[in-house]
Amino acid sequence: MGQPSMNTLKVTLPESADSQALPQGNIKMSARDVKVFYGASEALHGINMDIYENEVVAFIGPSGCGKSTFLRCLNRMNDTIDSARVTGKVTLDDQDIYDPSLDVVQLRAQVGMVFQKPNPFPKSIFENIAYGPRLHGLVDNKTDLEEIVESSLRRAGLWNEVKDRLDAPGTGLSGGQQQRLCIARAIAVSPEVILMDEPCSALDPIATTIIEELIDELKGSYTIAIVTHNMQQAARVSDRTAFFHLGNLVELSATREIFTNPQDTRTEDYITGRFG
Amino acid sequence: MKTTNMMPEDQLDLAQKRDRMQQRVKASLKRRHAQEKRFKGMGMAAVVTALAFVTLLFFTILSKGLPAFWQATLTLQVYFDPEVIRIDPKPEKRSDESEGAFQQRYLAWQTQLGFVNFNRIILDSLAREIPEAPEYQRDALRLVTSGERFALRGLVEKDPSIIGQTLTLDLLADANVDVWMKGNIDRNLPDAQQQLSARTRAWVDELQARGVIKSKFSTALFMNPDSRSSLASAGLAGAFMGSLMMMLIVMFLAVPVGVASAIYLEEFAPKNKLTDLIEVNINNLAAVPSIVFGLLGASVFILWFKMPLSAPLVGGLVLSLMTLPTVIIATRSTLKAIPPSIRQAALGIGASKVQSVFHHVLPLAIPGILTGAILGVAQALGETAPLLLIGMSSFVASVPATPFEQSTALPVQIYLWQGNELRNFFEARTSAAIIVLLALMITLNALAIWLRKKFETRW
Repeated sequence: MGQPSMNTLKVTLPESADSQALPQGNIKMSARDVKVFYGASEALHGINMDIYENEVVAFIGPSGCGKSTFLRCLNRMNDTIDSARVTGKVTLDDQDIYDPSLDVVQLRAQVGMVFQKPNPFPKSIFENIAYGPRLHGLVDNKTDLEEIVESSLRRAGLWNEVKDRLDAPGTGLSGGQQQRLCIARAIAVSPEVILMDEPCSALDPIATTIIEELIDELKGSYTIAIVTHNMQQAARVSDRTAFFHLGNLVELSATREIFTNPQDTRTEDYITGRFG
Repeated sequence: MKTTNMMPEDQLDLAQKRDRMQQRVKASLKRRHAQEKRFKGMGMAAVVTALAFVTLLFFTILSKGLPAFWQATLTLQVYFDPEVIRIDPKPEKRSDESEGAFQQRYLAWQTQLGFVNFNRIILDSLAREIPEAPEYQRDALRLVTSGERFALRGLVEKDPSIIGQTLTLDLLADANVDVWMKGNIDRNLPDAQQQLSARTRAWVDELQARGVIKSKFSTALFMNPDSRSSLASAGLAGAFMGSLMMMLIVMFLAVPVGVASAIYLEEFAPKNKLTDLIEVNINNLAAVPSIVFGLLGASVFILWFKMPLSAPLVGGLVLSLMTLPTVIIATRSTLKAIPPSIRQAALGIGASKVQSVFHHVLPLAIPGILTGAILGVAQALGETAPLLLIGMSSFVASVPATPFEQSTALPVQIYLWQGNELRNFFEARTSAAIIVLLALMITLNALAIWLRKKFETRW
């Protein structure tokens, strides 16, 4: 088979995703030689990556390539898996997050997470948002708390839909609304980085569009790392894209670059749909 | 690509093939439907059989036990004759008197009261209905159960001002009178095989006809402890209190300890060989025959720790040990069923492990934990075997006031009554005790269901 021509790519790129306009600002998080072992098997083979402040970086790759595993290294969610072991160095603002003296609770307040399946607490909408601020003692009185709840819901674009029923259970919302509720819950504790693990995979196309627009709005204030199986989504929302394959970071560059001029044949094969 | 350049013969062949397939499917349908119907029918039959047996069980127990709540009762004019009850006035505590001195005086007065012949009082009251009663004292006194003289004494002790008065009182008839009236003994048996003399039997029939002796709802079954001298007033109060105390001990010991261990094992303990071993052993403990726990209680609590025999405290401890594995297993399976996404959500927002468990996992698990705990307690309530080994099967004629006193338990009481010699009286009483135990069980289970519904969180 010959070289596939670039017009076979079904990915449309927004104008803004131009490699020249990339935010090469401060390094927010960086990973050096990060390896993850599940028991004896090595799932990630030494990942090096810098994530810049206020950028959206997308992780793509076939199932089982390690992209979610790497994402979970960034807020130490792998700690919750007994058999998982992480080596290497991950820093947040030059602070080693695997330093034993660092409290993982504080880290997770700085690096929030949104999961694949919307997982609101089986409590009221208000309580879902209020839980984090209350937990970390961010508010002194009820008025402050109400303010945080309102502003978080506004930022997540959910306020107008739920403002009349804050006492209703969060689990009663639709899938897309639930996921936005989870995003609102994550931003209620004012994190610096938000990790999203396939946030739209359980949602319909309309809900997906809303979440993507939301990500676009949020990137002004937060650094976002998003794992996705949907390459159009990666192309639409991210500034840079990282392609993972079999536990290796194959390629990381500006999104436009990855989709129009991949350097590695594996990347090219994957984005043109030859495997995956 | 292939379908487009298929030859006409091939197409024909394919059509035939498809036809054959369709016919085969059709042929198998009948068999499949028959299979489904058979399975459904067997299931229904099983359910109906089970229901029939449950109905039969309840019917026999209720039809045998309910009459025991109504007992033969004599309504008599009782004259508290000052000539017979010759006692000093009831001592009052004087201001200059010490507590000990007063107790001593009171005891002396009680002793004096104890010497009063209350049989005389009962006989006199009977004489008002049966003029010839004083001549045949033995036959007459068989009418009223012997425990009633103590009831009369209690009335006087409580309020000595009734001396000299005539009160209309309900006195429980003797167990044999009850048996005679209810027809639980063959009336045609010869005198030698009758429990009551011919004269007494005639009196019973006469008094019954005059309405002096009637079947009345009796609280004796609930208010009195067990008795062997006055069978008609034998009750469940002692066994009930014993069971209640044991249940409280189980609830406050086995449930918190079990739930706490389950939470630790499920949420916090590392998964390694040691915790695997513990898990296997807990599952094994749940399958250990309960009598083994009784042996353990006898050798550890009674022989080592020198705890009292027949005490609800020991019973409660033994039943707690027995219930622990049940509570742990129920709690663990409830915790396992809580979706991990809730834990992740809490951890992801910065909750610590303990916070994620106590703020999010436990509230969701509470209905399941409560159900497990209450079913465990209900199981302990019905347990008999381990109690036999720690001396709780002995005859105890008092209601325990503390868990250290001798007592028995409801299921043990049923076992004891079941073995009583006066079969025709105790068959009904045993069933009545079973009804009380079943009612308690059903209440506990209903409570479990209610609590589950109350705390259930809808997703």
